Amino acid sequence: MNTVTTHRSWKKQPFIKSPLLRWGLVVGGAFYLALVFGTMDVNWGRVADGIPRGQRFLSSFFPPDFTSRATDIFDGILESMWITIISTVVGILLSIPVGLGAARNLSPRPVYLFSRAVLAVSRTFPEIIIALFAVKLFGFGPFAGFIALSVGTIGFYGKLLAEDIEDMDTSQAEAVKATGASWFQWLNYAVQPQVMPRMIGLGMYRLDINFRESAVVGIVGGGGIGATLLTSFDRYEFDSAAAILLVIIFIVMGVEYSSSYIRKWVQ
Amino acid sequence: MLRLVDLVKQYKTGDKALKHVNLEVPNGQVMALIGPSGAGKSTLIRCVNRLVEPTSGKIYLGDKELTSLSQGALRKARRRMGMIFQEYALVERLTVMENVLSGRLGYVPFWRSYFRKFPQSDIDEAFRLLARVGLDHMVDKRADELSGGQRQRVGICRALIQNPELLLVDEPTASLDPKTSRQIMRLICELCKERGLAAIINIHDVLLAQMFAERIVGLQLGEIVYDGPPDGLSPDVLTQIYGEEDWEATIAKVEDEDDEDEEAAVP
Repeated sequence: MNTVTTHRSWKKQPFIKSPLLRWGLVVGGAFYLALVFGTMDVNWGRVADGIPRGQRFLSSFFPPDFTSRATDIFDGILESMWITIISTVVGILLSIPVGLGAARNLSPRPVYLFSRAVLAVSRTFPEIIIALFAVKLFGFGPFAGFIALSVGTIGFYGKLLAEDIEDMDTSQAEAVKATGASWFQWLNYAVQPQVMPRMIGLGMYRLDINFRESAVVGIVGGGGIGATLLTSFDRYEFDSAAAILLVIIFIVMGVEYSSSYIRKWVQ
Repeated sequence: MLRLVDLVKQYKTGDKALKHVNLEVPNGQVMALIGPSGAGKSTLIRCVNRLVEPTSGKIYLGDKELTSLSQGALRKARRRMGMIFQEYALVERLTVMENVLSGRLGYVPFWRSYFRKFPQSDIDEAFRLLARVGLDHMVDKRADELSGGQRQRVGICRALIQNPELLLVDEPTASLDPKTSRQIMRLICELCKERGLAAIINIHDVLLAQMFAERIVGLQLGEIVYDGPPDGLSPDVLTQIYGEEDWEATIAKVEDEDDEDEEAAVP
């Protein structure tokens, strides 16, 4: 009909339709950022003073001294590993029922809400806060650290387990249900195979997190390598502290490499 | 064998998927259920084993009324109905054997199924079925390593090992190529004959339905609009089921061609 080809222009639709709102958000955001920087009140003189002090501080870390506190370091690491492994295992075991309860496609409404509440509470408090409580309750030592990390693990693992179950393929779940399987058989045959690889990967990741956190909770009295680290700082034995930090880095790297290997293997 | 009385399914969204459906399937009859997408075919067969809860109406399997069963009794009733799915719905990370044996879950207690210690008779039957469909050399392959046709054969074995009286088949060929589709349909129908099983087969492909089913039921917007023999499908009937279209090319002229001439009925 129309022999003249007309060119219709096309542009991607902006995410926020109203230009007023769009530019308002950009300008408002920039203004707020500027305001925040203004209130920070950096004393540049003290920053300048701090730099050489920091250099002196860092140089006192070298060379790291592994020998003079060797038994303390060794005991601390052993205790940290103990806390890490036990709290990861116990935390994961406890998070399985909570995670199942918190999966919307598995649980009736009241169970779902209760489990989500448990997860929310345990995720609200960082491990170090829980550790402070646990130290007050059970006294100094690895038991407090173990409690803190276990609670932290429940929040982390339970939430991710619930989310993974909610994302599972429903047709596989339906098919197993249709055979007349009981609820536990259905979990074992339809749900578990689907979530297992990711859960093993996350378990390894949590082991890694718990080891690092065990150093942190140790500083507030939760035992393990953190306590050893704190002692060496208190005694101004920075070379021993450096040795401890290196050992922690080394172990975290070891867990990191082995976990990525294990994750590939279970896919 | 199976009797649906005044079956209604209304989804929470308000869509009426089934409107007072009455249907009787006698012993050993292979029935194809055709109809456009959204006609309620899937809903209908899922109501039978209550993967979808019907809103009202009655379902009789033999003398048993299914809609009022408790969870435990429902599981027992589900054992009598094997289901075959559109995208095979095998549990992908389980082996072929585990998938087939999952059809026995309604018969074995939890711990036996958990440790994969199925009775020898079940294992014998699984091997027999797998040999029947030509997959007995693949028992330890993971389900996600198989091709589409192979997966559907495993799905068939899983349904048959339940020793069902009725097969519920949901679009068994929807993701298969034309040749494999015919092979799978032929296999399902042969096995139904061998075992005297009744079957409801949801299927998009009118031609396949005509080739293999003894009876065709056409569903449109939740109502049965055709119920009769395969050769009763005239262009008028298809128009009634699916809407206006040129149907001449779709209607089968031959009974059951060989696998070699796929295009025969499409001039």
